[in-house]
Amino acid sequence: MKLIWKLLRRHVSVGQFVGFFFANLLGMLIVLLSLQFYEDIIPAFSGEDGVMKNTYVIISKHIAAISGIKGEAQTFTDADIHELEGQAFTRRVGAFTASQYQVYGSLSMGGSGMGTDMFFESVPDAFVDMKWPANLPADEVPIILPRSYLALYNFGFAQTKNLPKLSEGVVSMIAMDIRLRGEGGAERQLKGRVVGFSTRLNTVLVPESFMRQTNSELAPHAQAKPTRLIVEVVNPADDAIASFIQEKGYELEDNSLDAGRATYFLKIVAAIVMAVGLLISALSFYILMLSIYLLVQKNADKLQNLRLIGYSPARVSLPYQLLTIGMNACVLLLALVLVFWIRGRYLERLWQMFPTLQEGATGTTILLGIILFLLVSLLNIIAIRRKIATL
Amino acid sequence: MDKIILQQAIPQVFVGRTDIRSEVWREHVQLERGKLYLIEAASGTGKSSLCSYLIGYRHDYQGQIVFDRRDIRTFSTSEWTLLRQRTLSHVFQELRLFPELTAWENVQIKNQLTHHKNDAEIVSWFEALGIADKRETPLSRMSFGQQQRVAMIRALCQPFDFLLADEPVSHLDAENSRVMGELMLAEARRQGAAVVVTSIGHHMDLPYDKVLKL
Repeated sequence: MKLIWKLLRRHVSVGQFVGFFFANLLGMLIVLLSLQFYEDIIPAFSGEDGVMKNTYVIISKHIAAISGIKGEAQTFTDADIHELEGQAFTRRVGAFTASQYQVYGSLSMGGSGMGTDMFFESVPDAFVDMKWPANLPADEVPIILPRSYLALYNFGFAQTKNLPKLSEGVVSMIAMDIRLRGEGGAERQLKGRVVGFSTRLNTVLVPESFMRQTNSELAPHAQAKPTRLIVEVVNPADDAIASFIQEKGYELEDNSLDAGRATYFLKIVAAIVMAVGLLISALSFYILMLSIYLLVQKNADKLQNLRLIGYSPARVSLPYQLLTIGMNACVLLLALVLVFWIRGRYLERLWQMFPTLQEGATGTTILLGIILFLLVSLLNIIAIRRKIATL
Repeated sequence: MDKIILQQAIPQVFVGRTDIRSEVWREHVQLERGKLYLIEAASGTGKSSLCSYLIGYRHDYQGQIVFDRRDIRTFSTSEWTLLRQRTLSHVFQELRLFPELTAWENVQIKNQLTHHKNDAEIVSWFEALGIADKRETPLSRMSFGQQQRVAMIRALCQPFDFLLADEPVSHLDAENSRVMGELMLAEARRQGAAVVVTSIGHHMDLPYDKVLKL
C-alpha cells in the first residue's frame, strides 16, 4: 500500500484538492447551516408561543348593519361548513362553540376585587396546539386567554389604577371565581385557571368537553350555532383561500394568515438557500471528479502496469478512494464544527428577540451531513472505480 | 493451468494478408505446462501482439486462444487479475517497471501482492544477477540491461504455470544472459511451469523443447 501510494501520489494537484475542499466545505456549510437555522427559528413561529398551529385560519361571517338589526344569523349552517370542507385548500374544519349561558368572572386580590360578565368559547381539542391539563380538580376549568388581554390589563388598566402588573406566570397562579347562570336560574360555581396565552386565538377558550357538558346542563334547549370556524389549511399562502373567502362574503380574523405566511416564506427561503448549498456541493463534487480523472489520466501508465502485474482495479483505486473519503470526512467534521460555532452566535441574538425560544434539534442536521458525506463518498468511489476499470 | 492453445488465431491487422508464413498464426498451436518454448520472430511479425493477447491486455485478434478449455475472451476482469497473480507471469519487452521506485521497491511491489518469496531469496537473485549494489538505486538511474534483470526478478516473485519472457536478454551480455536463463529455468522447474521465450535473434541458450517461427 505504501509503495502504491508512493507511485500514485504523483501528479496529485494540491491546488485542485484545496479548491475542492473549500468549495465542498462551503456547500456543506450552507446546506447544514440553513437546515439548522430553520430548525432553530421555526419554534418562534409555530412553537409554544403560538397556541394555534400556524396553518390555521379563523373565518367569520361579515357583520353588516342591516343583518345585525334584522337579527339575521351570522352563524354558519351545516351546508356552509360542508362546502368549506370540500375545498381543496382545506384539511379540516372545526367550529367555535359559544357558551349558551351567562358567565360571570371575578377576581379578588388583597381585599380589592373586580368582576366582569364574560363568555366562553371552545374549539375541538385537535385544533389547539397545546394539551389541556388533565389533572385539574373537578371544580376547576382550564382557560386560555388572548395575550392581548393581559397587555390591555397591564398597560391600560393597571397603569391608571395603580394596580400591580401581572406576568403570565403570576396570572396562571391566580384562581378566578367563575359563576355560570343558565336557563331557569340554574347556577354553577367554579374556579377558573389560566393555563396558557394565545397570540392568535382571540377568545376565552375552554376545553370542548367542558363546553358540551355545561351547555347541555345549563342551557338544554338552546341551539349552539357556530359563529366562527377554524380551518386547517394545506398551505396558508394559497390564493384560493383568499378568493373563496371574498366570494362567500366571509371575513378572516385579523391576520391569522400572517404567521402561516411567514413560516411558509421561511420554508421557501430555507429551501432556496439549501438548494444553493447543494448546488455548490454538486459543483465541488464535479471539480473533485475532474481532478481525479485528470490524476488517473496522468497516472494511466502506472495504473495500467499495476493492473498487468496482477493488481485488481479495486486495489489500485483504493488510494484515490481513501484520499477522497478522507477529504470528505474532514469537510463534514469541519462543516459541523463551523455550523455549531455559528449557531452559538445566532442563538444569542435569537434569545434576545424570543426569550422563551427553545433550541431546535440538532439531530437532523448531523444526519443530513452524514447522508451527504455517504452519498458524495459513494459516488466518488464508484466514479473512481469505473474510471480505473476503463484503463 | 495446463495448456495454452491457439486455434487459427491471427492479429486483426494481418487478416487480409496472404503472405503470412508462420508456425503460430492461423495454425493450431498447443503450449504445455512443464515445457520450454522459443518463439523466434522477425520484426513486425506480431510478437508483442501475441504476448499482449496472452496476458489479456489486448484482444484485437481473430480465431481463438484457449487456456485449458476456456476461451480467454470470456474471462472477467477479476479472473484476469487472479491469472496475473497466480498462473501467468510475464517479463514485458518494454519492462513496465516504475522509474520513480528503486530496484528493490519494484520487486517488492509485486511480492507484497503475492507474498511468494522472502527477502533473502530476492536478495540472492539480486546477487546472482550482479545488481546487488543497485537495490536502493532509483530505477530511472539504471541501464536498460540492469532494468531487464530487475524485471526478471519481479516476474519470478509469483506462482505461475506459464512464464512469458518477451526478449528478456536483448540488452544482456552472454554471461548475464546465461545466469538469467539458469535462474529462470530453475524457478520454472521448481514450479513445474512452462517457459515461453521470444526472441528476434539474440536468445538464451537453453534446452528448448520446441522452437516456433512466428
